[in-house]
Amino acid sequence: MTASTQKPAEAGAEQDSDLIIVEGLIKHFPIRAGILRRQVAAVQAVDGVNFSVKRGETFSIVGESGCGKSTTARLLTRLLEPTAGKITFEGRDISHLKDAAMRPLRRDLQMIFQDPYSSLNPRHTVGKIVGAPFRIQGVNPPGGVKKAVQDLLAAVGLNPEHYNRYPHEFSGGQRQRIGIARTLALRPRLIVADEPVSALDVSIQAQIINLLEDLQSEFDLTYVIIAHDLSVVRYVSDRVAVMYLGKIVELTDAEALYGAPMHPYTVALMSAVPVPDTRRRQERERILLSGDVPSPISPPPACRFHTRCWKAQEICRTEEPPLVELLPRHHVACHFPENYPDQAVNATSPEASLR
Amino acid sequence: MTTSALRDLVIRHPGQGEEQPFLEVVDLRVHFPTDDGLVKSVDGLSFALDRGKTLGIVGESGSGKSVTSLAIMGLHTRPASEQTRPGAQLSGEIYLDGDELLGKTPEYVRSLRGKRMAMIFQDPLSAMNPYYTVGQQIIEAYRIHNPVNKKVARKHAIDMLGRVGIPEPSRRVDAYPHQFSGGMRQRAMIAMAPSCDPDLLMADEPTTALDVTVQAQILDLIRDLQSEFNSSVVLITHDLGVVAEIADDVLVMYAGRAVEYGSAEQLFNRPAHPYTWGLLGSMPRFDRTRSERLLAITGSPPSLINVPPGCPFHPRCAYAARNGGLSEDIRPELIPVEPGHTVACHLSQTDREQIWEHEIAPKL
Repeated sequence: MTASTQKPAEAGAEQDSDLIIVEGLIKHFPIRAGILRRQVAAVQAVDGVNFSVKRGETFSIVGESGCGKSTTARLLTRLLEPTAGKITFEGRDISHLKDAAMRPLRRDLQMIFQDPYSSLNPRHTVGKIVGAPFRIQGVNPPGGVKKAVQDLLAAVGLNPEHYNRYPHEFSGGQRQRIGIARTLALRPRLIVADEPVSALDVSIQAQIINLLEDLQSEFDLTYVIIAHDLSVVRYVSDRVAVMYLGKIVELTDAEALYGAPMHPYTVALMSAVPVPDTRRRQERERILLSGDVPSPISPPPACRFHTRCWKAQEICRTEEPPLVELLPRHHVACHFPENYPDQAVNATSPEASLR
Repeated sequence: MTTSALRDLVIRHPGQGEEQPFLEVVDLRVHFPTDDGLVKSVDGLSFALDRGKTLGIVGESGSGKSVTSLAIMGLHTRPASEQTRPGAQLSGEIYLDGDELLGKTPEYVRSLRGKRMAMIFQDPLSAMNPYYTVGQQIIEAYRIHNPVNKKVARKHAIDMLGRVGIPEPSRRVDAYPHQFSGGMRQRAMIAMAPSCDPDLLMADEPTTALDVTVQAQILDLIRDLQSEFNSSVVLITHDLGVVAEIADDVLVMYAGRAVEYGSAEQLFNRPAHPYTWGLLGSMPRFDRTRSERLLAITGSPPSLINVPPGCPFHPRCAYAARNGGLSEDIRPELIPVEPGHTVACHLSQTDREQIWEHEIAPKL
């Protein structure tokens, strides 16, 4: 997918190249208890996230389970309503649109789901599943729905003759293709894919990744990909955001992130990825994080990673590091970043953010 | 099929020591009769594993890796009589330290489980009993094999939980499985498995459900326990990265058979089977930028009821045509390509080296 994007826009250049802009996005799920169902606490799934996705690029969000990446995906597609913050899609604020107002927008904003088994209705034929978007949106494609569906099936590498078959007759990879065909039906601009390949076997994974890549150039798509597999993310993404406990800790070009990660969490995460290369078994230095991810119900104050960070100082417990551009196009939220010339940098100083 | 020919097959690595391997599987077959036909999950599998070594078994879903592990542990239901109750039909031989297991009674094999061999399952939540505390489950297993009172066993359980890195083990021992996080459950599962210091540890996708940072912790733990007890470990996984990380030997399975078998060093640096090339080519690389498209394997894994004749991989193999129909008709046997490295493929040695060197390796 890297091939299909143009050179990165000049810094501070045209705002209108952004397809979707997310500002201060927050989603708290209330926890209620007692007879009055009063809210006693909240799961702070997403807590103040900012980013924007440019037309034609592949933007990935990575992180471990519970970091809020799937919630972010569901907020972007407005399957959930944000607690606070603003989502601007094609210049329009969609953060609190009602279902009816949202419906016409769904043509442009589609989602691919993780599990190809539970995301297809087992009682509907493939034709009905892939044709559903046309019916719901009241669209009459030229040549009729059946023709359009068969074209879509061919586009995702399925036999158009299989129009009348049911999902159970297909393998996992084929089902994921059916889901992708449905997503493409209305020619969306933005596709949010939540773990699109993690339920598939390795050889099938590669087929789907290649397919997504082909479709991106063919249909001029913008992708937001949610994934936990750092190898897949490196391969598909132009830019990557790393999330930890509801916040973005690092955001930059894939190349820079994998070449010289700056946030200690990213460094630890990358050191844990097993690499299919026996020669590197000895050389690799692994940073083992102790313990588990803290609960998002009561996340640690200030820097949320300080409880597991080997570089944590007093300031990390008292002051939250903002996400700032420490190097060109490289945003990091850390008081003591790695791979940075000035180790003692205070990330809040204006000098640092100007670099 | 050619059972006798398979029995003559060289199972052991020429590189392996002279002594008897600790675990030896000879021509294992596990078939399941179903209404649609006979499912040949494992169909003529042979391998050997020395004491203290780790074997990685790699393959996609349906390649027979888990069925193999259950067969070794003696966990398949056998048909009471063939007509009345469906179950697994097993044949072949499984030797644990020279002791043949397939011919033994279920009671005998049960007495070995937990003591001589133990298993770590993929999904720790469904492998544990939700009604009992984690401690009770460890204590139960320990007391079956060791004649000690509850107090001693409880102390052992706390020790084990501490050893696998569970914080506050003396408090956590009384917690229920649902009160543990995914990583902690998998640790507790491991605490349960070697609580009797097994000689053979079977780990079926032990880290698949876990995040990478937790996966790294669990793999380290398995490594530590292995060096402490000098256990043999069979690690079943679909992740070649995990295998490269931890395995001494690797067995690649496809459609219930071994297609390639060798040391990890050989398999990752000089892979010989087109399916192994496909697996390596399908993986996006974490450690380098790759501008080439992924070399995906076309098609899907075959049905185990109608396994393609000849080489089961030939319908998906880009090089099957090179042998004038040989791949379509004759099932290739595992043949040595170098000491300790065998492959089941009809490609000639020169073809194989050429393709790997010029067509595959540069694109990885």
